[in-house]
Amino acid sequence: MTRSRFLLGFLLVALVIAGGLSYLASSDPDGLDSVTLNGCTVSETAEGERLDGTCIAQNAAARYPSGHQMAGSPLADYAVAGREGTTGLAGILGVLVTALVAGLLFRVLRLPDGRRPGGVPGTRGKG
Amino acid sequence: MVDVVPPAGDGVGSLAGPGLTVAMHMSDGLVNAPTAAAFGLVAVLGLAIAASRARADLDERTAPMAGLVTAFVFAVQMINFPILPGASGHLLGGALVAILVGPWVGSLCIAIVLVVQALLFADGGLTALGTNITNMALVGVFTGYGVAYALRRVAARSRRGLVATAFVAALVNTVVAALAFVVEYAIGGSGGAALGTVLGLMVGLHVLVGIGEGIITAATVAAVAATRPDLVYLLRGIRPAVGQGLTDEGVAR
Repeated sequence: MTRSRFLLGFLLVALVIAGGLSYLASSDPDGLDSVTLNGCTVSETAEGERLDGTCIAQNAAARYPSGHQMAGSPLADYAVAGREGTTGLAGILGVLVTALVAGLLFRVLRLPDGRRPGGVPGTRGKG
Repeated sequence: MVDVVPPAGDGVGSLAGPGLTVAMHMSDGLVNAPTAAAFGLVAVLGLAIAASRARADLDERTAPMAGLVTAFVFAVQMINFPILPGASGHLLGGALVAILVGPWVGSLCIAIVLVVQALLFADGGLTALGTNITNMALVGVFTGYGVAYALRRVAARSRRGLVATAFVAALVNTVVAALAFVVEYAIGGSGGAALGTVLGLMVGLHVLVGIGEGIITAATVAAVAATRPDLVYLLRGIRPAVGQGLTDEGVAR
């Protein structure tokens, strides 16, 4: 398989995962959130989520009562403009932005061929 | 057991709200400000070293691969898989990037994902970026690489060896990254739970998360190795004993 075809395939797999498979993701708290919420019960209110009991997340929320600084971002919480059902689109945009940012950074960091130190793995090869 | 009543949301997008959202990484305020600042410094120094060392691993072949590996980690991190009733886990990606693009470039990959998530997706606190980068981009990646490097002969021997290496490295990277949070909580945690409880729960839950991480990492590494083994950093410079569909453009050295 040529390298460009392989890379295109890799990108497509990422887009399908973020754009489609993301709808199947569990919305239960992850391992870390489960620990920080341990001891509290979470209830959904009009103002957001309320924590009753004693847990780490309560103390964290008390330090930052206004929530995440970027909550107003158009892609906040993996939704486009807060609209439900847009997780896939938000994911696709995230994959493209991430690929762009990372691609540019690694392109900038890359040494020109002539200045490459000797004996470094993977400096030769075609495709 | 974890006493959590999941909110009655029907998807990631519906969980937004002030105070707390179900996010994937450390939020603001889990550790106090001096601790957050100290680990911010650790993250900056670690990434600066990684960036300078990464240059030697980046060429016209590996740089685009590293960019796509970063995007792939972002995508897979969106997929929370169930580990227990009411609790989920997701890929951290440390061993995955370390095996595919090496630890220096890999640290930068995970850090980019974390920055994009925090800035664009409001996932992971801005003041928690230092701790999140330390745990997942530095501790997770280098732990995963250390395990994979120790097992590199096994990995090069056969496809089964590569899959086993990727699985074990990913499992260990998840648990050790979770331990890094426990260390940060011990240093300057905001309180609300006893350290022993946090330690027990973090390790217990992340062994389960790590099994999922291991499966995803093994499947991904196996798929890349089956098509382009030359793009697997860990296998470079090691001649496999048995060719597993290696072409003449595979493991060229």
